[in-house]
Amino acid sequence: MPDTSTPDTTIAEGAYNYAYLDEQTKRMIRRAILKAVAVPGYQVPFGGREMPLPYGWGTGGIQVTAAIIGRDDTLKVIDQGADDTTNAVSIRRFFARVAEVATTTCTEDATVIQTRHRVPETPLKEGQILVFQVPIPEPLRMLEPRETETRTLHALSEYGVMQVSLYESIARHGRISKSYNYPVMVNGRYIMSPSPIPKFDNPKLDRSPALQLYGAGREKRIYAVPPHTPVKSLDFDDHPFEVEHWSECCALCGSKESFLDEMIVDDAGKRLFVCSDTDYCEGRR
Amino acid sequence: MSGELGSSDGALLSARNVTKRFAGRVACRDVSFDLWPGEVLGIVGESGSGKTTLLNCLAGRITPDAGSVAYATASTGTVDVHRLSEARRRLLARTEWGFVNQDAREGLRMGVSAGANIGERLMAVGARHYGDIRGTAADWLARVEIDGDRLDDRPATFSGGMRQRLQIARNLVSGPRLVFMDEPTGGLDVSVQARILDLLRGLVERLHLSAVLVTHDLGVARLLTHRLMVMQGGAVVEEGLTDQVLDDPQHAYTQMLVASILPV
Amino acid sequence: MQPALRVSGLTKSFVVHAHGDLALPVLFDVALAVSPGECLALVGPSGAGKSTLLRALYGNYRADAGSIRVRQDDRWTELVGAEPRTVLDVRHRTMGFVSQFLRAIPRVAAVDLVAEPLLRRGVEAEDARRRAEFLLGMLGIPPRLWALPPATFSGGEQQRVNIARSLIVDYPILLLDEPTASLDVANRDGVVELIRQRRDAGATIVGIFHDPGVRDAVATRVHEVLPPATSPLASPLASQAGASPCVPKPS
Repeated sequence: MPDTSTPDTTIAEGAYNYAYLDEQTKRMIRRAILKAVAVPGYQVPFGGREMPLPYGWGTGGIQVTAAIIGRDDTLKVIDQGADDTTNAVSIRRFFARVAEVATTTCTEDATVIQTRHRVPETPLKEGQILVFQVPIPEPLRMLEPRETETRTLHALSEYGVMQVSLYESIARHGRISKSYNYPVMVNGRYIMSPSPIPKFDNPKLDRSPALQLYGAGREKRIYAVPPHTPVKSLDFDDHPFEVEHWSECCALCGSKESFLDEMIVDDAGKRLFVCSDTDYCEGRR
Repeated sequence: MSGELGSSDGALLSARNVTKRFAGRVACRDVSFDLWPGEVLGIVGESGSGKTTLLNCLAGRITPDAGSVAYATASTGTVDVHRLSEARRRLLARTEWGFVNQDAREGLRMGVSAGANIGERLMAVGARHYGDIRGTAADWLARVEIDGDRLDDRPATFSGGMRQRLQIARNLVSGPRLVFMDEPTGGLDVSVQARILDLLRGLVERLHLSAVLVTHDLGVARLLTHRLMVMQGGAVVEEGLTDQVLDDPQHAYTQMLVASILPV
Repeated sequence: MQPALRVSGLTKSFVVHAHGDLALPVLFDVALAVSPGECLALVGPSGAGKSTLLRALYGNYRADAGSIRVRQDDRWTELVGAEPRTVLDVRHRTMGFVSQFLRAIPRVAAVDLVAEPLLRRGVEAEDARRRAEFLLGMLGIPPRLWALPPATFSGGEQQRVNIARSLIVDYPILLLDEPTASLDVANRDGVVELIRQRRDAGATIVGIFHDPGVRDAVATRVHEVLPPATSPLASPLASQAGASPCVPKPS
């Protein structure tokens, strides 16, 4: 297994094109991204390619990253907030080889951040791009199984059915119980799935100075939220949107403001609460 | 579809020469009428008479091959139902119109609660206060005589008659001006029918609704409608005041229909 | 006094298609005029067309030719060939019909049946109910029956509910089709009194009264209805031939 900490000769040998995808594919994906940025929250179909990992492992996010990355970029990859999970490591290594790009675990130093299911705790800056891995891009899918119908609903802004599902949640559980993949209204026009990030992260999307790109590989859809765009979580006037709270703080860094993972540390069931964002946690210690 | 939009001044719904064919066969032919505010128009006929096809043409669900349907909206003038954009027609169907299907399942979301079903039209036009929506839904549940503690139950757990009453509430919550009904009591037990007919009668009167009601049951027509159109083989063979058409039928087919009612 | 109801040239036949389009003429060139404060009794042999005439006035039977005009809003409104909504409007505001039998609506209580015409005119529910109860009381329907649907009442009780429902609104024109036929003497008198009150208050009334006593008590004039010359009923053999069983019954 080649050591990936030193630059590879993969591209030089002509084995792969730069960033793995051929130029025509990158061009097609960039067109889709431009369309997506022009219509915030609208799902743009794209000609997704077969990638060297199966659907469900981030192929959408990888294709988006591959289309936009350049040699001057610095890439960070996180999975549920951590830089050191198997998947995050694999994807980071992949781009180090095929894009000959510098990588980092530090949020502030990254120009492109690919993420699965979390938004970094450190606030993002203008010029940064956040690439989300999306399993199911259609926020109405669970309520309306027909693709033809959901397209029509988006086109006509007929979002009653989404509000109905929130009503139903309150009727059944006394509150809106959806805690991740919480639907949002983008730029006052399209309802979007922010991918399975915890609702805790939704406020970070609102008017973020960074560019948000969302890629769904299996469903072959790309959507985007340009910088400084309003992103509002759906709710009722008398049941307003709320984020999660913990009574504990991070066992490692003491943070009371970040999203905490609950970990069971021994057979006796002892629990620890730890920051999900590993870089953020380390930076505080 | 061609020509001028025909409509009489003050009429709520105007049909002119509505014709629809399926694979060369005429389903309904040259149907014209004006419906005035507060009127309930019955369309009676046996199976295959074209009455349901006509209803669907009037409600914008299918497009006629010839003729026009004009509707006088609440605030934006008279429109040609079939020339409207899909967006406007769907909005109309959710606000100013109602459509009560024979099978309540087609007009309900079976997987969400009764309250959500009734509240949907409100939420679709921007209602965002859960408490208010729930309150309005509970109010309507009472009006259609469904027990209040069923508010959070799903229609999958309701009887046929209850589902039908729920469908009616779901339609009427938006205060529509015109309701289309396709055999609203078809397939229900007689006692259940009676209850629903009674409910409809009361609601139509109290809310000053206009309605187009398709039925094969002359008793239902007698009870609910002011005017009647009798269809046979796709054509309207007789029309007039309901009591006049039923008590003094002119056309041979109408006379036969009336004479065929089994005495109780 | 100007008439409130004016009929001229009224002609009607029944055509029974099931019997080879058999045409039965019933009314021919009928003319009459009735003014407020008058009660016109229609008289004539059985089957001559009295009930048909009355129903034609109400728009329940369709006239083939002629004119039926009622006075409404200081104008004459023509009913023959009129739009359904015109007839409905006249029935709503100006003309009431008391039929011979009650058409019971399932599940609706007697008091609600009687109050309904008032509710339809915008009267408050409480007020309408009170007036309905008063009228039912006047016609001898005991309070224990008020909350029950009339389907199980006796014929006489049903008819009194029917009369109450038809008379609760003060119609300027009243058409009465044998209103007391199913009532016993005591109840009949109550109805007669009610009709006289309306008549004396200025209502225009046309009625068929089977009982001569009732007729004499309410009618101010009499109009004879005879079968048209072309009708089989006009011939001397009519009583043998009888009316065709397929002529729609004036039920």
